[in-house]
Amino acid sequence: MTHLKQTRRRFIASGTSLTGAAALTGTFGVMTPAHAQTLAPTPSMRGGANNYRPDAPIVEKIGGGGFWMTGSVRRVGDGAPLEGIRIQVWAHTTEGHERDPHSHGATLTQADGTFRLEMPQIVPAFGQAHGHLAYDSDEFETVFLRPILERSSDTSLNVGFVLTPA
Amino acid sequence: MTDRNSARVWIWIALISVSVWSLIDAASSPLLAYRDPIYIAAGIAGVVAMILLLAQPLLVGEALAGINGRPARRVHRICGGALIASVVLHIVALWLTSPPDVVDALTFSSPTPFSLWGVLAMWLLIATGFFAFLRLWWRIPPRLWRRVHGATGLLIVSFSVAHAVLIDGTMGTASKITLCAFTLLATVITLRKRRIF
Repeated sequence: MTHLKQTRRRFIASGTSLTGAAALTGTFGVMTPAHAQTLAPTPSMRGGANNYRPDAPIVEKIGGGGFWMTGSVRRVGDGAPLEGIRIQVWAHTTEGHERDPHSHGATLTQADGTFRLEMPQIVPAFGQAHGHLAYDSDEFETVFLRPILERSSDTSLNVGFVLTPA
Repeated sequence: MTDRNSARVWIWIALISVSVWSLIDAASSPLLAYRDPIYIAAGIAGVVAMILLLAQPLLVGEALAGINGRPARRVHRICGGALIASVVLHIVALWLTSPPDVVDALTFSSPTPFSLWGVLAMWLLIATGFFAFLRLWWRIPPRLWRRVHGATGLLIVSFSVAHAVLIDGTMGTASKITLCAFTLLATVITLRKRRIF
């Protein structure tokens, strides 16, 4: 899941592989649509569903905010952005443990498939500063994610979902 | 006071200093403000276990001034029991804080690499404690026991160090690295000194 944690090293690594692929296929133009057509679904991560509380309410903001959980939701295959998709978010933050109901909230994606939900600052818990996100509605297959913050001082996290129709 | 004794006094001072430093560092972490008492207790129990792990090779290697021979081995056994008790407390308190994360760790399906090392160290520690206890009645040849316990001791220390070093948010970095380095060093020196391998 390279889109979860983009680092300089990974960016360079992916740039190198792209250059290699471009050299093989001759042009980027040939490759890009082919890549988009085979957009793979996002697999659930180990431990992603831990301390999940189904049906977290849709909220403007979780608690006092200060940390931005952002991301995008696309359809498998053609990568079309999906609107109105409910994404649930929870984490151990400055305002509570993962199991606490007030640490949970949900938001809906916009027309361009993106979502943004402000929440309290995520802090290290169980050894890593990490968040939890879930897509768990009827239309697509359920996906649970557990992305890790690059640095525990980060104040935002960007997460991508590629969903498979149920 | 002989040179050897004065060195063994300095080892006491080093043990106490690194222990106090590690505990104060962990107990003054700003992250504690966002944690329940049970979760804080889980972390402190882990730090205490790491400190006892440093004391173990020092005791059995007779590196601490004033504790020699049979008393040294008796204190080593008591410390071993306390070590198992702290690890049990560590796991129970973590389980109360977040049951699914602990179940993942114990079933080797956790996403965090350090939990694997912690759980492996825990099982080796429990097995070592079990056989040390059994040894009171069941005669294990001492040479075999020394070899096996030397090996399990080294593995417990190595896995515990890997576990602690990879964790973010419980111990202070400098005190953790110092404590872990001392423990590895003490273990290797004791194994060499007692000619276990």
